[in-house]
Amino acid sequence: AAGSSGSDEDELVSYGTALQPLPEGERLKKPVPLQEQTVKDAKGRYQRFHGAFTGGFSAGYFNTVGTKEGWAPSTFVSSRQKRADRTVLGPEDFMDEEDFSEFGIAPKNITTTDDFASKAKDRIKEKARQIAGVVATIPGITAFDDLIGPSKITVGVELLRKMGWKEGQGIGPRVKRKPCRQKPDPAVKVYGCALPPGLSAGSEDEEDEYQPENVTFAPKDIMPVDLIPKENVHGLGYKGLDPSQALFGASGRGHLNLFAGDSEDTSNLIGDLRHSKGRKLGITGQAFGVGALEEEDDDIYATETLSKYDTILKDEEPGDGFYGWTAPKQYKANKRSEREVKYTGIILDGFLLASKSSTPSKVYPPPPLPRNYRPVHYFRPVVADGNENYRLQKALEESTGKLERDMRQQSRHALNASQRREQLGETGLKGPAPSVLEYLSEKDRERLKKVKQASEQKMKAKIIPQEPRNSSCQPTSLDGASHKWLKLLGPQLANAGSSDFKPFAKNPEKQKRYEIFVRSLKQGEKDTLEQYLDPNTTEWEREREQEEFFRAAMFYKSSSSALSSRFTRAKYEDDVDKVEVPRDQEKDIDDKETAVKMKMFGKLTRDKFEWHPEKLLCRRFNVPDPYPESSIVGLPKVKRDKYSVFNFLTVPEPTTSVTQATNEKVQQSNSLNKPKKPSRWDVSDKEKEKKDSISEFISLARSKADAQQQQPPVPATEEGRTGLSESLPTEAANEDKDQEEESRPSIDLFKAIFTSSSDEKSSSSEEESEEEEQPATSVVDSEATKQVDPPGSSSNVQENVVATTDSGVPLLPTSKQELDATEEFGPKLPPAFSSGRFCRLLIKREKQRKNRQKQKTKREHKHKKEKKKKHKKQKTKGKHKNKGSEKDSSSDTADSSDSDTDTTGLAAKELLRR
Amino acid sequence: RVPVDGNYCLTCGSDKTLKLWNPHKGTALRSYQGHGYEVLDAAGSFDNGHLCSCSADKTVALWDVATGQVLRKYRGHAGKVNCVQFNEEATIIVSGSIDSTVRCWDCRSRRPDPVQVLDEAKDGVSSVKLSSHEILSGSVDGHVRRYDLRAGQLYCDYVGSPITSVCFSKDGQCTLAASLDSTLRLLDKDTGELLGENKGHRSTTYRLDCVVSEQDTHVGCASEDGHVYFWDLVEGSLARSLPVGRGVVQSLSFHPTLPCLLAATEGQVQLWREDSFQEQ
Repeated sequence: AAGSSGSDEDELVSYGTALQPLPEGERLKKPVPLQEQTVKDAKGRYQRFHGAFTGGFSAGYFNTVGTKEGWAPSTFVSSRQKRADRTVLGPEDFMDEEDFSEFGIAPKNITTTDDFASKAKDRIKEKARQIAGVVATIPGITAFDDLIGPSKITVGVELLRKMGWKEGQGIGPRVKRKPCRQKPDPAVKVYGCALPPGLSAGSEDEEDEYQPENVTFAPKDIMPVDLIPKENVHGLGYKGLDPSQALFGASGRGHLNLFAGDSEDTSNLIGDLRHSKGRKLGITGQAFGVGALEEEDDDIYATETLSKYDTILKDEEPGDGFYGWTAPKQYKANKRSEREVKYTGIILDGFLLASKSSTPSKVYPPPPLPRNYRPVHYFRPVVADGNENYRLQKALEESTGKLERDMRQQSRHALNASQRREQLGETGLKGPAPSVLEYLSEKDRERLKKVKQASEQKMKAKIIPQEPRNSSCQPTSLDGASHKWLKLLGPQLANAGSSDFKPFAKNPEKQKRYEIFVRSLKQGEKDTLEQYLDPNTTEWEREREQEEFFRAAMFYKSSSSALSSRFTRAKYEDDVDKVEVPRDQEKDIDDKETAVKMKMFGKLTRDKFEWHPEKLLCRRFNVPDPYPESSIVGLPKVKRDKYSVFNFLTVPEPTTSVTQATNEKVQQSNSLNKPKKPSRWDVSDKEKEKKDSISEFISLARSKADAQQQQPPVPATEEGRTGLSESLPTEAANEDKDQEEESRPSIDLFKAIFTSSSDEKSSSSEEESEEEEQPATSVVDSEATKQVDPPGSSSNVQENVVATTDSGVPLLPTSKQELDATEEFGPKLPPAFSSGRFCRLLIKREKQRKNRQKQKTKREHKHKKEKKKKHKKQKTKGKHKNKGSEKDSSSDTADSSDSDTDTTGLAAKELLRR
Repeated sequence: RVPVDGNYCLTCGSDKTLKLWNPHKGTALRSYQGHGYEVLDAAGSFDNGHLCSCSADKTVALWDVATGQVLRKYRGHAGKVNCVQFNEEATIIVSGSIDSTVRCWDCRSRRPDPVQVLDEAKDGVSSVKLSSHEILSGSVDGHVRRYDLRAGQLYCDYVGSPITSVCFSKDGQCTLAASLDSTLRLLDKDTGELLGENKGHRSTTYRLDCVVSEQDTHVGCASEDGHVYFWDLVEGSLARSLPVGRGVVQSLSFHPTLPCLLAATEGQVQLWREDSFQEQ
């Protein structure tokens, strides 16, 4: 109760009883010390605890036996007179009354004895006993116990008794002894586990002997005992789950249920497990999981074994399936023998050889595949959900249906990589597909196109006058041309014109026409080609365009293959936009290697980086900090766009311009038909220089003259090219390309060139020129690659472009025309493309070559003299001048040498400087 | 093994000690102990007050000459330290290691970490030389790298084969690089051009030294055949070969001002000088 005395205590809640207020003037009670605290019993007698070993509470008065208040032992009384009422003293006689109290030693309570204990208790015991019987080493021992002592009378038993049941009797309608014995009647289907007949009979007999009162006709009250010794290694009482149960659980249960219906009739069936008043039998297929004391739940682990099922097909049983008809014995025998052939092993007990082989499983043939079926699963491209992507996704969904159909039409092998990728569901490459034109800068593309068109015009102009010879009318010639193109393009056509190649992206109309064209070309409708061309243009223009388309279609293939070998994709991770790279790229080690091999130290082997020393280091070295405002230390790193070709494409620009200049010059000389063979002179000169005393080197170095003399002559390129193209078979445009691609120098070539003695004259000018050509180009390449790697390749690409565009041109009329054409090409053309490429008239050329050789040898003599003079003169100026002039002198004819010297010299210088 | 400075010479070896000698008299002055593994290179400061040494125990040590105590030990290299050099004022120790870095250690402050790490080399650094404002390093990746502090540039010359030793010419115009293809190359410092190439000695496996004579007249290189070869620097012709011993001439150093050469082979150091040599 909570007391609230004051207003301020209202909020306080107090628990418990408040102490009585102490009366005034009264002293506080002393707390009773522990030793004085006493325990008294109900009668006020003290009880003292003695300790565990002295008997507990005191007996008697303070352990005093025989005192006046204490306990007096009973004295001896003669039993002579009182013999009759002699009593035997029990332990109770020596006990105090309190000992009989509820908490005493022998409490005298009225409790139910075991006999009258509740039925539930009894049942538990019963069950435990049953289980003990199963588990016990001698199975069935509890059964004997039961037989000896009468089983406890429970309510059920009582009820049964009242119904006339007596101990030891079975439950059920009375049966005669005889029929009881015939229980395993063949007429009755045996479910459950069928014990071997001998065993079951034996057990019955045993039961009989021990239950004499069962002689009556009442059914036997038996508890079937499993006397089968344990043989397996399972836990006691454990039976593995039956496969049949696992497989057809439902049906199995149904089976059991069916049986349960007539369980009453076959109550004494040995195999009946569910029989006998819910008592459990020894052999229950109980797996672990049901507690020993729990009520059995049959449905959890139904006891089912394979033996419950017929191993023999029922039909066969009466007379082997021949109902009423006895088959001839022979037939039977035959059958058996057949069977025996099949199986010769030992037949297990309980098993019979099947009289009829199981029906062979029916084999269904696979459904016929549709004709256009391809065993590739096509995944739709996965487009991430998102607002922007939604439309794209939709478009994709729409398109894929169409797309698939299209692709089916092509054969599997005709697919290109991108198509296959699409089919495989891989994500497409980022960025534009690698077509060269995409990689080229706008300007380059423009120029390229112009050049191409111009050249085509020229070519047309040339071709047209020739054509009348071959064919009378234009259309046929066109048709012939397309035929030729088709042949050329051949298998590449399938790939051409796929979506990522847009050669005419600048001109959408044209591009459209081109695409139509390619499509039609693919379908082989060469006759209808013309109808796709722009109707507004003149016939000539149309023709030209068609030619262009052809070329573009072809170019697409070749370039894509050429490029694929050239570009490597993932140097850095694709999704990283910028890469941290050292700003100054080191030169290719291969280039350096070759340079070292050639002993061309200097620019080729040197890399120059901006390097930022630590401030403290500068201070310690007493050197002013070269980059006082920079915080970088070491080599500066630059965030750079992902490694892409665009970074490098602008670089080679000047190279081409230089080559143009030289190119023009070469053409001039070519047109004059005064061939200049590539300079032995350069070689020999270099040799000389090398052999020059080192003092010269040193002096040169000291004078700090421009250092770039050691480069091989660049103009040699063009000459080499001409020579090369002459020597090469004309129709192999692709070969040409390849060679150009591979024009990176091999060391052997270098060696061959630069270590060859100068005496070795132009005995085989042809080979020389070839040899010359390669290193020369390589130098160009390496020049280009000086800053960055790929530009070399890009310049090559340009060459390729031109080469491919031109390679298809069939016939080369005259050198005059050729000159014109090349001059038209003018600015953009890399040297490779000069006259020689067009020269298909080998015979003619052969003559020319002979002439040339003659001339050359003559000239060479001349040059030698000249050169020597020049060499002396120019030594002081510095090597590279020297070399330039040498080049000029060697490469130019005597007539034009004066005028040309300057230009080439300049060009070379330019080139070298880069 | 034999870095030299004027009147004294230092030897270092696999006995984990440095020894200071007077080469002219052939007397051992002092020995310095404190490295855990063989000492690979040593150098003296300009004022003879300090020594630095580097060892296979990955450390660089700065010694006090007089007391013989280790003043500093610089740990930071990840591998054997091949070469070590003082700068002109003995304020910086530059060490090159097999871990492909060159590290610049500060002698003045007590900073335990290097002032700067030059990690451009792709392979072990075999040799380091310093001029007033340059650090020249030769690496096994075949590059001679010259860090120009004044210009803030790194010049990287490719030689082609692993470099065993580099040095400046006395006039500072050229660099000399000995490489494992038994070639001694004289390179122009500014352009990287090859000014001279000397062959004739044998250098294929060991880290051998090369020197430039005191007046830039000759270049010398140790050889594995027990000789020291000298070539005329300008003409490139073999001027002399000195038979030092039978084994490999492991180390070589030229007196900074006098025509005096120290060569180490097989545990002994030889002093070579002209007949007309006059001790100052």
